[in-house]
Amino acid sequence: MYKIVEQRMIAPNVHEFTVHAPAVAESVKAGNFVIVRPDQYGERIPLSVADWDRAAGTVTSIFIQVGQSTARLARLKPGDTIPTFVGPLGKETVIDNFGTVLCVGGCYGIGSIYPVARALKEAGNTVCTLIEARSSFLLYWEDKLMKVSDEMFVITRDGTKGQKGHVDRIPELMQRAGIVPDRVIVNACTFQMMRVSQVTKPLAWKTIVNMNPIMIDGTGMCGVCRLSVGGRTKFACVDGPDFDGHEIDWAEFLARRKSYNPEEVDPLRRSGCRSHY
Amino acid sequence: MSETKPEKKILDLARRAMPKQTPWERVKNFDEVALGYPAETAVGEAARCLQCKKPLCNQGCPVGIDIPGFIRRIVEGDFAAGVKKIKKTNALPAICGRVCPQEEQCEKTCVLGNKRSPIAIGRLERFLADWEAAAGRTEVPDMAPKTGRKVAIVGAGPAGITVSNDLIILGHDVTIFEALHECGGVLMYGIPEFRLPKAIVNREVDYVRSLGVKIFTDFVVGKTRTVDRLLQDFDAIFVGSGAGLPWFMEIPGENLNGVYSANEYLTRVNLMKGFRFPEYKTPVKRPSRVAVVGGGNVAMDSARTAVRLGADEVHLVYRRSKAELPARAEEVENAEEEGVIFDLLTLPVRLIGDANGWIKEMECLRMELGEPDASGRRRPVPVEGSNFIARFDAVVIAIGNSPNPLIPMTTPGLEINKKGGIVTVPETAQTSRPNIWAGGDIVRGAATVISAMGDGRVAAASIHRYLMNLGSKA
Repeated sequence: MYKIVEQRMIAPNVHEFTVHAPAVAESVKAGNFVIVRPDQYGERIPLSVADWDRAAGTVTSIFIQVGQSTARLARLKPGDTIPTFVGPLGKETVIDNFGTVLCVGGCYGIGSIYPVARALKEAGNTVCTLIEARSSFLLYWEDKLMKVSDEMFVITRDGTKGQKGHVDRIPELMQRAGIVPDRVIVNACTFQMMRVSQVTKPLAWKTIVNMNPIMIDGTGMCGVCRLSVGGRTKFACVDGPDFDGHEIDWAEFLARRKSYNPEEVDPLRRSGCRSHY
Repeated sequence: MSETKPEKKILDLARRAMPKQTPWERVKNFDEVALGYPAETAVGEAARCLQCKKPLCNQGCPVGIDIPGFIRRIVEGDFAAGVKKIKKTNALPAICGRVCPQEEQCEKTCVLGNKRSPIAIGRLERFLADWEAAAGRTEVPDMAPKTGRKVAIVGAGPAGITVSNDLIILGHDVTIFEALHECGGVLMYGIPEFRLPKAIVNREVDYVRSLGVKIFTDFVVGKTRTVDRLLQDFDAIFVGSGAGLPWFMEIPGENLNGVYSANEYLTRVNLMKGFRFPEYKTPVKRPSRVAVVGGGNVAMDSARTAVRLGADEVHLVYRRSKAELPARAEEVENAEEEGVIFDLLTLPVRLIGDANGWIKEMECLRMELGEPDASGRRRPVPVEGSNFIARFDAVVIAIGNSPNPLIPMTTPGLEINKKGGIVTVPETAQTSRPNIWAGGDIVRGAATVISAMGDGRVAAASIHRYLMNLGSKA
């Protein structure tokens, strides 16, 4: 059993979740994920890692409450335990001195882009960080990100903070700031990762996305996390989760992400959903 | 040896049938299909054994069970002694008795098979194991004094459990690291409840634990800690990390929604207990027209699972003919009884989706058998212009898998073959690195439970020799 050290809502529907798991904390790196099971009847779900404390043996993730498993995680309190917390899984994000790197975070990815930005900074890069949310009240961890970034950009769809709009505005904002990134790394919901990849492709900015498919074992056995990259089937849990965003078949990926929505997400939007809590 | 011969009576020479749930009952539940011999039937079946002076059945057993020996104990009615006899060389009799392909091994060489049916060795093995469990007893073998040498086992599947059992008895300190949240490996995630109840797997794992084996679940060797990191704390490592990425046919449409690898389909239902959704939270679809592609035991398990999940029609699509089906005859028969439709000499060429990315239809070709290929089986050849399209709302691909990539990817200096398996010396199960052994699917790709156990037995003997050469630390 793994003890919950912290579980709190840091923005509406956005949860910071810290678990005591020394073996995972010992070897986790930026870009890795963990697989979590909220209770003994629970599903195995992947969560991107957003931070860790090797000395304290803790690992932190940010998750958005979407389906029944995250709904259950959101009800855990410090001191509670969960039966499964396994990792670190997936290949870590490739960190090198690339020059100037644009780190894009959205949704839960504002959290998981943090260790990427930190590692890039330590490797000597000029780190520009851009975060995006529907509105200013959905932003979080700006202070943490500021500390590891040379420049910060904020986009909100309603314009309540930073620039108004969507990640589509990235090329324009970069041009205005006189930045030509040597690499773009995106941690965000699927749609945002797709949009960033679409706008950076004509500019030939190498774009790495941290994919988030449905998983079960997460160790290269079941094959549910497969996606098409450059016309070939890849498995996100062992070949990724980082892939070249310009090579991904996004339409296929979006369809696969949604395949269990009728079972997992829709019941939460209806009344009479007791069996799901 | 002063063993008296069992009293001779007029023998009923027919092989005793296994009581089973009727097909119309069992398609509606996930309970075990084969119900096991009652004691009387077991004794009757055992009495058919000729007790050959030079038995051939033993030679067919990958773990070398003294088969005439345990059968004689059944005839004598001393079931406890029979169990002890088996457990000397097999830690998992309740499992082997159920899932071993006996007709390819021990029963194949039984001399009774020449004129009549061979002795039902697997059923008798199962009978003894179940008798022991029902009697609430556990025969524990004699344990050697502690050596103080430490061995790490990667994976709590059939290979890992066998190595652990053998080495703990020999006095070594054994720790298993299991990636999933439950022990058993393929016995847990792959083989369905109706063929191997999970309570039995748990019982066998508890038995190994009771001998003093330490088990850590949720620990992915290669990720949580590398093999080389573990070697700082252990004298030897056995890698039994099992099956890896499922194979697909590499035809258009395989990433459509509703197309599953057998690994995914079976894991959802078995390990995650999706058949009890929403009590268990992992969902599994319940489509009405299911195609399972493949002809092995995993394909049979997938098809029979689909039947139990309420499909109206389940087709098993296989490119060769019935004679070439690699699955056990018993499983083919069970699947047929349960209404699985066999589309033989049929090859899928394209999966067709609807506007939302869900599988809708499958295009296939008819095949005919040509000349024998490298495997000795007649090669299936497409019949020109025989394409046809059938409607399906789920397709399960059960054509095999490669070995798990995690240890090969993260362990430098380990020799790997073209298929991604770890290369070992067959006589010792030793890898290209001196203190690492490997066995089961990580070496063989997709093989059987008993061959994994056989590898485990070989590895344990070799690891024991290695550790004794290092000298005792105790």
